Amino acid sequence: MTEPGLCKQLSRNPSAVAAVGILTIIVILALVGPEVLPASYREPGPDQYSPPSWAHPFGTDLNGRDLMFRVLSGTRLSLLVGICGAAISLILGTAYGLVSGYVGGRVDQIMMRGVDILYSIPRLIFILVFINAFNATLEQFAAERNWVWLVDYSRIAILIISLGVIEWLTMARIVRGQVLAIKSRTFVLAAQALGQSHLRILLRHILPNLLGVIVVYLTLTIPAVIIDESFLSFLGLGTQAPRASLGSLLADGASAINPVRSFWWMILFPSAFMALTLLSLNFLGDALRDALDPRAKN
Amino acid sequence: MIGTLLRRVVSLIVVLGVVISATFFLIRLSPGGPFDAERKIPEQIEKQLLAKYKLDGTLWEQFTGYWGDLLQGDLRLSTKYRNRSVNEILAQTLPVTFTLGAISFLLATTLGVWLGTFAATRHRRAGDTIAMLAALLAISLPSFVIGPILILVFALDLRWLPVGGWGTPMQVILPAITLAAPYVAYIARLMRSSMLETLNQDFIRTARAKGLAERVVLWKHALRVAILPVVTFMGPLAAHLLTGSIVVETIFHIPGAGGFFVHSIQNRDGFLLGGVVIVYCVLLVAFNLAVDIAYTLLDRRIELND
Repeated sequence: MTEPGLCKQLSRNPSAVAAVGILTIIVILALVGPEVLPASYREPGPDQYSPPSWAHPFGTDLNGRDLMFRVLSGTRLSLLVGICGAAISLILGTAYGLVSGYVGGRVDQIMMRGVDILYSIPRLIFILVFINAFNATLEQFAAERNWVWLVDYSRIAILIISLGVIEWLTMARIVRGQVLAIKSRTFVLAAQALGQSHLRILLRHILPNLLGVIVVYLTLTIPAVIIDESFLSFLGLGTQAPRASLGSLLADGASAINPVRSFWWMILFPSAFMALTLLSLNFLGDALRDALDPRAKN
Repeated sequence: MIGTLLRRVVSLIVVLGVVISATFFLIRLSPGGPFDAERKIPEQIEKQLLAKYKLDGTLWEQFTGYWGDLLQGDLRLSTKYRNRSVNEILAQTLPVTFTLGAISFLLATTLGVWLGTFAATRHRRAGDTIAMLAALLAISLPSFVIGPILILVFALDLRWLPVGGWGTPMQVILPAITLAAPYVAYIARLMRSSMLETLNQDFIRTARAKGLAERVVLWKHALRVAILPVVTFMGPLAAHLLTGSIVVETIFHIPGAGGFFVHSIQNRDGFLLGGVVIVYCVLLVAFNLAVDIAYTLLDRRIELND
């Protein structure tokens, strides 16, 4: 349960207020922007690599597409992947941590050793192999059944699932630690003495006490997933053209770097949106942690 | 302690076996082969190709055959770069990736530890606040944001450093900073909180009461305990650096293993892809074991037991 004074605590922290403000603006821009910009901005135009101007505030790219439209719709996609991926990691991590902490003993040791080992293998590299192996299979599967919606979104769906699958480790560790602390408290012992089932104790008595911590790490997982997605898209192995995410836009910008002319706007605007999104999410997460999890504070 | 170490080695070998097998099946079972092209290859030639690259036979025969070759240290032939073996390609590119990774590793750990200690000794003063704000900024800027911006500023605008490439010390500076920056920040935050905790402990008060210089208290007594969380993070750090170097090599046009990894996925070059994944995993697992041992040597209170 969130404490009653949470909003007040946050509003006293100037960086948290700024973070919430910037996030709100970015989310509104990403949701509304691509819808209200003129339709011609979606299409390739005659002006290749034109610097920022009144007609194109962010300039245009190699194909003369308006960069503002692409950056805003890219931000939308990155946010979507970040939030959905973090939600998946939340479910996996919480379930794993709950079981590991509650059962305890040898099971707990083995489960946590597993987390340690997963931490030390290059998960992103392994998941890349998985994404590219599984994507073609899913596309085939969807095409055979004529599921048009899935054919279009199969790659994004796989991206979201895979990134959720690799980012749950921290959540599992944190939840397990909290469960260990909570499960010996008297109200849990009382519930056990009353003969309530383990499932009921976990869901009705322990889980509500974890909500604060879970919210904190959810806020911190979203930027991690956004970075992972951009990493894959930057390499050309995540989001596929013509759809753009912030990562693939940055890749376009980086590949346009040359000593003769620098197309600085192609790097500056995607970088700015990415940096502002990640920074405000991290600031907000830190502020929430200070407010909800006093033990993590120094 | 020898017993627990042995048990750990065995469990890591099991993990490696699972990872390698999973990689093999993921690559082999995905639709589309390495010789799929617009123009159909004559059947006889395709058969010979498959035989040359040992892609014939049942899946099980291929699987056991691959393991047999692996155990002899043979990562097989690349299907894209014809007639070059994966061993050859990796022998050429891995030293480059390692040099970059090792420099970034040293940079991240030394600078991170120093910054974190610096911030801890100035707790709640201007130096602390500025250092921690900078750290949060660096954590939020991934390498594919920092890299292009560093190039724009230092290579194209100021012309102090080269845009990319590999071979001279000047060419290492920008990539190493790009790769290490987020981890300098992460380690600084880790180090700061653990140093703050350590400085509050009794043995530090004793050391100060003995009249030891603050420098000695900090860098000889406190550091030895406070650095332990950083040592724990070294294993994941190596994994992050290996992964991150793929992007950094792309940005700065560095001829390391990362580029071959990306191309091998695009070209369906199964054995090259498998080779990179396997070598990376083996190295990281070995490195983690070394970190575990270093940890017990540093902290006598902890015995390896599970």
